Amino acid sequence: MNSVQIISTGLALPSRVVTNDDLAAMEETSDEWIMKRTGIHERRFTAIGETANSLAREAARKALEKSGISLDELGAVIVATLSGDYSTPSVATQMQERLGLPKDIPFFDMNAACSGFPYAIEMARSYLVANPTHKYALVTGVEELSKLLDKDDRSTNILFGDGAGSVVVSLCDDSYAQVLGAESSLAINCLGAKSDESYIRMDGKEVFRFAVRILPYLINTTLEKAGLTADDIDWFVCHQANKRIVDHVVKAMKLPKEKFYCNIDRIGNTSGASIPICLAEMDEKGLLHEGDTLILAGFGSGLTWGSCIVHYR
Amino acid sequence: MDFEKLQEIIADELDVDKDEVKPEAKLIDDLGADSLSIVELQMSIEDESGVKIPEEDVQKLITVQDIFDAIKKAE
Repeated sequence: MNSVQIISTGLALPSRVVTNDDLAAMEETSDEWIMKRTGIHERRFTAIGETANSLAREAARKALEKSGISLDELGAVIVATLSGDYSTPSVATQMQERLGLPKDIPFFDMNAACSGFPYAIEMARSYLVANPTHKYALVTGVEELSKLLDKDDRSTNILFGDGAGSVVVSLCDDSYAQVLGAESSLAINCLGAKSDESYIRMDGKEVFRFAVRILPYLINTTLEKAGLTADDIDWFVCHQANKRIVDHVVKAMKLPKEKFYCNIDRIGNTSGASIPICLAEMDEKGLLHEGDTLILAGFGSGLTWGSCIVHYR
Repeated sequence: MDFEKLQEIIADELDVDKDEVKPEAKLIDDLGADSLSIVELQMSIEDESGVKIPEEDVQKLITVQDIFDAIKKAE
């Protein structure tokens, strides 16, 4: 068994809805301006009592409950994030006690920014292949990007949001391929803990150019490596960075738009959390069916890119 | 690249009628372009003709004629 399947999903969105009109009340912008450039109408920001760690735990708890697995069958707990509550300890370790998880398995966070979730799925899959006594892995994507936004930087503060999605995965006998990569660039960056200026900075045009080139590469290469064609794919679940990126790629690649799940209008760009939030929403809406084959594709700060095939149940 | 081909690319990328893409038409003010659609346009021209318009020149392009001149200069 070399492929990976989603057993269950969990969703956690913070309670504060921030619309474009809310932002327009604080700065020079408008719903029309933001919608046209990004496809975003509103996003969620954490309210008092909500943090990256609490959202991750909530999403993970729901995924574990729905999975019906016995917790001692869990082999690894992996969180894709760049915005956990602490630089250390990791978000993953802080799930152990509250969720009653076994202690004798690895818990870790990994940062591949907006490509984090496909990276984390591949880490989970490889770990389960290498450790056959373990049957399941818990993989979560979480971000609390609202705390990393410069109120005065309109190129970023309209884009990003908070949230978490979680999946329980196991191995399965089916098609599989992954494409993970990176190149050094500061086109999207956020200074580390020593800085008073820990804000997300982005060269929007540079990143857009990168994204519309890398996404077709990810989709084509993953299909080719897996021996599949676009017709074999039930859903393309891409990082929700900017609606214009996916629109551009769908048009250029002549792929069916209805197979691309999109929630950026309500959620904004949640970096490493965007793909699992999509998956959990699709699951809640009954859009995923047994045997479905999905491509997950992310791209972002690093610059990183990552995609993989996953199957549903 | 001839002017008609450029008109087609601009009409397609900016989702406007080809007749509106006149030499004097301003990309942002008349044709509704923004910074990302100018990047898309630039990439589309590159894909179609192999001509790469340098980033510092792109900033100065205001009208359709400006783009055509920049392509001719880069060719």
